[in-house]
Amino acid sequence: MLLGFSIPAILVVIAIILIPIGWLFYLSFIGNDGQFTMEHYQKMVEYKSYKRVFFTTFQVSLFTTIICILIGYPLAYFLASLPPRVAGFFMLAVLLPFWTSLLVRTYAWLVLLQKKGILNEFAMNIGLWDTPLKLVHNMTGTLIGMAHIMLPFLVLPLLGSMKKIDKDLMHAAANVGASPSKAFWTVFFPLSISGLVAGSLIVFVLCLGFYVTPAVLGGGRVVMVSTQITAILENQFNWGAASALGVVLLISTLLVLYISSKIFKFDNALFGKK
Amino acid sequence: MKQFSKSINRASSLLLAAGITAAAGIATAAPVTVVSWGGSYGKAQDAALFTDAAKNSGIEIVRESGASMSKTCLQVESGSVNWDLVVTGSGGSASAAAKGCLEKIDYDVVDVSNFIPGTYTDYCVGSDVFATVMSWNTDKYGKPGSAGAPKTWADFWDVKKFPGTRAYRANNVDGVLEPALMADGVPMDKVYEVLSTEAGMKRAIDKIRELKPHISVFWTSGAMQAQLMKDAEVDMTTGWNGRFDNAAKDGAKVGYSFDQALLDYDCFAMPKGAPEKDTAMKFLAEVSKAKYQANLPFHITYGPTNKGAYDITTAPKELIEALPSHPKNVPLMLPVSLDWYAKNRVKALEMYMELISE
Repeated sequence: MLLGFSIPAILVVIAIILIPIGWLFYLSFIGNDGQFTMEHYQKMVEYKSYKRVFFTTFQVSLFTTIICILIGYPLAYFLASLPPRVAGFFMLAVLLPFWTSLLVRTYAWLVLLQKKGILNEFAMNIGLWDTPLKLVHNMTGTLIGMAHIMLPFLVLPLLGSMKKIDKDLMHAAANVGASPSKAFWTVFFPLSISGLVAGSLIVFVLCLGFYVTPAVLGGGRVVMVSTQITAILENQFNWGAASALGVVLLISTLLVLYISSKIFKFDNALFGKK
Repeated sequence: MKQFSKSINRASSLLLAAGITAAAGIATAAPVTVVSWGGSYGKAQDAALFTDAAKNSGIEIVRESGASMSKTCLQVESGSVNWDLVVTGSGGSASAAAKGCLEKIDYDVVDVSNFIPGTYTDYCVGSDVFATVMSWNTDKYGKPGSAGAPKTWADFWDVKKFPGTRAYRANNVDGVLEPALMADGVPMDKVYEVLSTEAGMKRAIDKIRELKPHISVFWTSGAMQAQLMKDAEVDMTTGWNGRFDNAAKDGAKVGYSFDQALLDYDCFAMPKGAPEKDTAMKFLAEVSKAKYQANLPFHITYGPTNKGAYDITTAPKELIEALPSHPKNVPLMLPVSLDWYAKNRVKALEMYMELISE
């Protein structure tokens, strides 16, 4: 009976996930002449640019995740400690960016951060610095924009797990003589780790495939896998080469998920456990 | 019960009949989908070409933005073609035609007898002549032609004489290697000869590597070229001449010169299996007439491909002389070699991407 209910969902998964991914794998082995070929994968070994592009992609994703954790953890902690009515207001502030187009937010950062942008003009007017700082069209701008866009993806699961933590546990720790910081690190933090790991993984994986923000704020200097795929499609109409890049990105993403699931011991949730 | 099924039958046959007439109605008067680029280019085409041509020919059009030959090929290969006419660069149309994505132009319908030679092919009809130029911030380096203003690609590369930041093309090799060779001292008429070997391409790439520390932004579109100069985000960039004239109209402090620029043309292509092929061909014939092209210079400084337009245009002399296709300007420039791109684009792009990712 229950299985019957899930049949439509299973069919949808097959139709919109499994078949296209299978097709992606297939295309990546097809040359321009329609024959089987390994040339797309050979090219990735032959040219250094592909390795560098993958390195940049993982670097940007990792840095963005770290920035999100550094900002998001204290923020979620603050939200979790507020009384529900006040927390609602602050939650709105976290969620509000979700309702604005990604593109609009990205261009807003461009306007703020560029050479004659609002931030540089303001800082130079009040004498913080004399020559405009290079805040955008580089890695700095990319990370600022991506961290801003990704933050809610970290905060929401983290807040969920923090709210489930029984406050009495902290009081109990204090009763047996733990200092507030000791109570935090030995009681609260370990209990919040599941939410932190979930949020960080969502952010990291979303970053790996990100296109718009690095393309606009990176000024062409931060070349991610998605940028490379676009370049190949726009200039060579080469679906095979673009698919091969997609396949490698997909496999490396799965690899990251698998390794972190081993480290953080949530492999039963992701991959099932015998 | 019988009565019921009868009325159902009648209702469905009525519905069917209505459906058929609706379908027939669509077949005779379905609008032609015309796809161009964003920013000032598409707006100029609307103002000069599309609106009037649609009105005079009675052909209804739907205007879309985001023209791209790769999307065209994707539509053709997946068998769901929605576009009828697509704006493209000459090189893009050549690659798409080689992939079999384009419909042959019917030159019995489209009259190109008075076109500038070399501005149409079997698969593409020229819409305008443009130039890839270097432009600069006139507050910083002076007005074009004034003493001390930059003039050649060597000046673009000379960061001692012209200190400041540069922008260059991102993720696309069209018009990227030629300026580097000219900056390296290769005479204009020898550029494609040198580029025909891998050593020649490497020489160009090495020259760009030399400038790379000063390239603070790589641009991805014409709209971005204009924005970079409007915001004074960079001091000098490569780009398409009409975009800079329109940026200057908007108050940007920007100037450019045609010296050593790359002469090229944009054109209209038709995806293979375009849904309104015949009507679209008629619209293409209409829009290629001199009387519409004659209005183009008022909206963007790109030259008509139809020579008749130069005879009848009411544009003032200064405007005509500012067009890349003007006889005064053409000899200053290097015409882009479609032949070279057909042979070397893939290799050249790999080499350029290699450099950008360094």
